[in-house]
Amino acid sequence: MGIVNVTNLKKMYDEFQAVNEISFSIEQGEIFGLLGPNGAGKTSTINMMIGLSRPSGGHILIDGIDAVKDIKKVQRIIGIIPDENNLYNEMNGFDNLCFCASLYGMRKAEREKRATELLEQFNLTFAAKRPFKAYSKGMKRKLTIAAGIIHNPKILFLDEPTTGIDVESARQIRKLILDLKKQGKTIFITTHYIEEAERICDRIAFIVNGRIVKTGTVTELMESIEREHKIKLQLDSSIKELKEELEHNFVNCRIDISDKNSCLIISKERIALSPVLQLLDSKGISVYEAKEIKPSLEDVFVKITGIEASKLEIEKAGK
Amino acid sequence: MQTLIAFWNVLKKDINNYYLKPPNISWGIIFPLSWTLMQLIRSQGDIGIAELLPGLMAMSVLFGTTSMLAVTITFERRSRSFDRLLVAPISVSALVIAKILGAILFGIVNAFVPVVFAAFFIDLREINWGLTLVAVILIAVTSALLGLLIAVSAKEVFEAQTFSNFFRFPMLFLCGLFIPIDKLPVILKPISFCLPLTYGTDILNGMITGSSIFTATFSIFIMLVFILLLFYLCLRNINKKWIH
Ligand SMILES: Nc1ncnc2c1ncn2[C@@H]1O[C@H](COP(=O)(O)OP(=O)(O)OP(=O)(O)O)[C@@H](O)[C@H]1O
Ligand SMILES: [Mg+2]
Repeated sequence: MGIVNVTNLKKMYDEFQAVNEISFSIEQGEIFGLLGPNGAGKTSTINMMIGLSRPSGGHILIDGIDAVKDIKKVQRIIGIIPDENNLYNEMNGFDNLCFCASLYGMRKAEREKRATELLEQFNLTFAAKRPFKAYSKGMKRKLTIAAGIIHNPKILFLDEPTTGIDVESARQIRKLILDLKKQGKTIFITTHYIEEAERICDRIAFIVNGRIVKTGTVTELMESIEREHKIKLQLDSSIKELKEELEHNFVNCRIDISDKNSCLIISKERIALSPVLQLLDSKGISVYEAKEIKPSLEDVFVKITGIEASKLEIEKAGK
Repeated sequence: MQTLIAFWNVLKKDINNYYLKPPNISWGIIFPLSWTLMQLIRSQGDIGIAELLPGLMAMSVLFGTTSMLAVTITFERRSRSFDRLLVAPISVSALVIAKILGAILFGIVNAFVPVVFAAFFIDLREINWGLTLVAVILIAVTSALLGLLIAVSAKEVFEAQTFSNFFRFPMLFLCGLFIPIDKLPVILKPISFCLPLTYGTDILNGMITGSSIFTATFSIFIMLVFILLLFYLCLRNINKKWIH
């Protein structure tokens, strides 16, 4: 039983089922990622959890509170960073933060202190008096995140925190998220960046067409697919002529000759290297380097969801 | 206490961001003023300023509150900043009151623009200002709630604006401001009695010109009923449509 428990959560938009009976739970202090392509149902899920949308079925329990019945109580302990930077355009950065803090009942002195601290922490002090509409996209994103944590929430909901901003700002934001985790916050994040999920999430759920198809830690996910062991060898000459002999000697292995001076040994089991090296040595071929090729989370995602990696690439570029 | 802090800051933000902005201040003064002048020129002394005053006041409140509400609610809905308020730990009713209170205050201030203007020409000391203020407040509250109900029911901003004119103009003609209710065609009379503005105007007429259909107590009672009903409908629709 985690700090957040979602069971059979469902969302219908008229006839269309955007979220299809999903269940997951989030442990205290972890970063839990919901990873999926556009339209998978990530925002629909988050909106039901924060009270912006009403579930068509299922239960949400947050810190022991029934979020479907008692959402106002839940909203006191959660921080929300929506997918859009929806702060007030005409107000400056500092006033925006203070206003958001006031919504949580914080007093003036406390609000101003926190706002100043956060502007400092997010490197935005220089823009404190600038209106929000004059901020760059990365700055807007950062201020939106600051606004979501100003009241020191226990649990954070971030909807695509790094979408649509440059690499450097995205890196800073990921670091901020990891810092928040160090402070003991529980974090729920949605993303369609595989590497982002891999880099910062403790556990990941793959969501496709409103269904969670797999949940686990990165390691668990990697192990969940039937995995092949691959070792890449760097050689001093081609072993084209030796391919058959090698495969004959090592029956469980497949040899892939990718280019002139390298080859790939692929096997269902772990590969013992020394017999291979000995054989090659006896043929007068030197091996300079042997490297294990690990499958990436992307391979796992593609295998489990059937969604092409190239499709996710297009989405990344598009958004 | 927490709700009070949030409530006050929502109101303060709207006042600073919208109501005290020069275009809105000038709109709030120029609009009632031009109505006043227009009526004075048109009447050419046939009707006294006192007879015009209730109508001008009611109209200023109606237009002041509804147009401001369009800005603070419809506009914020479109830019999605309104979502922030919906996911804040304050009840929807507190939120609704905070959001419309700014528009109500704006409407009340608007109502007294023609009064200030009229004070230059006629003696206004005989009027019961206490009761007049009550009527103005009630008109402002009902108009704001009606405006909100329209904003909640409309899908788009332009739809809200069209709707809002759709009800504002007929209401002005049916509430007894320009055409006394007993001179209205028989079919329109019942409609007239279904409009909150009718009762508000009736109090104003009673206070300023001395001629009214109902007693002030009755009108106040009816308007309070309208307020409760509209408030309930607004909450219900917000819960149904905005938290979808
Ligand atoms: N208000 C709505 N009315 C009708 N359909 C909706 C509504 N909101 C979302 N949908 C549909 O529900 C599905 C899931 O949408 P959702 O926004 O949850 O996806 P997402 O995973 O957040 O995608 P993205 O990566 O683009 O943000 C989509 O097919 C979308 O078109
Ligand atoms: Mg989304």
